[in-house]
Amino acid sequence: MAIFSVFVVNKAGGLIYHHDSYAPRAEAEKTFSYPLDLLLKLHDERVLVAFGQRDGIRVGHAVLAINGTDVNGKYTYDGKEVLEYLGNPANYPVSIRFGRPRLTSNEKLMLASMFHSLFAIGSQLSPEQGSSGIEMLETDTFKLHCFQTLTGIKFVVLADPRQAGIDSLLRKIYEIYSDFALKNPFYSLEMPIRCELFDQNLKLALEVAEKAGTFGPGS
Amino acid sequence: MTVHNLYLFDRNGVCLHYSEWHRKKQAGIPKEEEFKLMYGMLFSIRSFVSKMSPLDMKDGFLAFQTSRYKLHYYETPTGIKVVMNTDLGVGPIRDVLHHIYSALYVELVVKNPLCPLGQTVQSELFRSRLDSYVRSLSFFSARAG
Repeated sequence: MAIFSVFVVNKAGGLIYHHDSYAPRAEAEKTFSYPLDLLLKLHDERVLVAFGQRDGIRVGHAVLAINGTDVNGKYTYDGKEVLEYLGNPANYPVSIRFGRPRLTSNEKLMLASMFHSLFAIGSQLSPEQGSSGIEMLETDTFKLHCFQTLTGIKFVVLADPRQAGIDSLLRKIYEIYSDFALKNPFYSLEMPIRCELFDQNLKLALEVAEKAGTFGPGS
Repeated sequence: MTVHNLYLFDRNGVCLHYSEWHRKKQAGIPKEEEFKLMYGMLFSIRSFVSKMSPLDMKDGFLAFQTSRYKLHYYETPTGIKVVMNTDLGVGPIRDVLHHIYSALYVELVVKNPLCPLGQTVQSELFRSRLDSYVRSLSFFSARAG
């Protein structure tokens, strides 16, 4: 899998569609005895590792599950606070799964509107006349490609840095959006896209793009 | 290929140095405001990118491009940020930005007892060396004014 996710942002900066195709993440599960030799802290309603990086557990990773059951933010499945639970010697030995925190729907909404603003600032700070906003953003782990249509809708694709053919994929997604969302009489403009045909065709297009995209050496 | 401009920020968001070569459009706001906007944008991009990343990151944000320019970003562990805007034809220039930090900023500013840290660099030597270094780059072209 080399295309991680797809976002569609309307002209007001609201997220109207998202699709994640990347499931496996770097996760590490380990059994601990009391006292816990990691320093945990509460951040953004999640329990994160603040200190004590080891065995694939890295600073910034969140507690995802305790004894095999997923935690719900800072609470365990039965509503107790994770930090309190892990502070109690009676609960040990305990097996904790750590990994990169998953994005909640709320965070996705927030990040989409954040990108909307960054896009605008990117064009304002341009040293050249007539620049668009951010079209491609490069990091060491992924590349973000953005295509803004004339009507202001943004299609954003997160992909592996080596994945090719994203530009044509973005145009294809626009086509799918026009065909299966805009032409759907039950779809109202600027509102979240809930159209089955759109979902199906988008998935198909992603699969095709992943197969067609040529990778460089070493992949 | 051209170099448009270069920003140097410290970890508190103070613009230590700014210089421009082939900049064709000003942002239309006072320079101080522009630096704040640029720093704010980079700050947000950094947090955006670290949340979006599907894997653990090492270097983090490297560059972005629009239809007309490309912004290259390099950050040291101490939080010094080197930002260079070039045109779209320029490839990865991490080594160039690293050179500006290690061979120019560290050598001529950090090691200079007359340059107080955390404010705009006044050193004429730093400015002129930086200018001649950027002018000597292979992708710096003197065409277009």
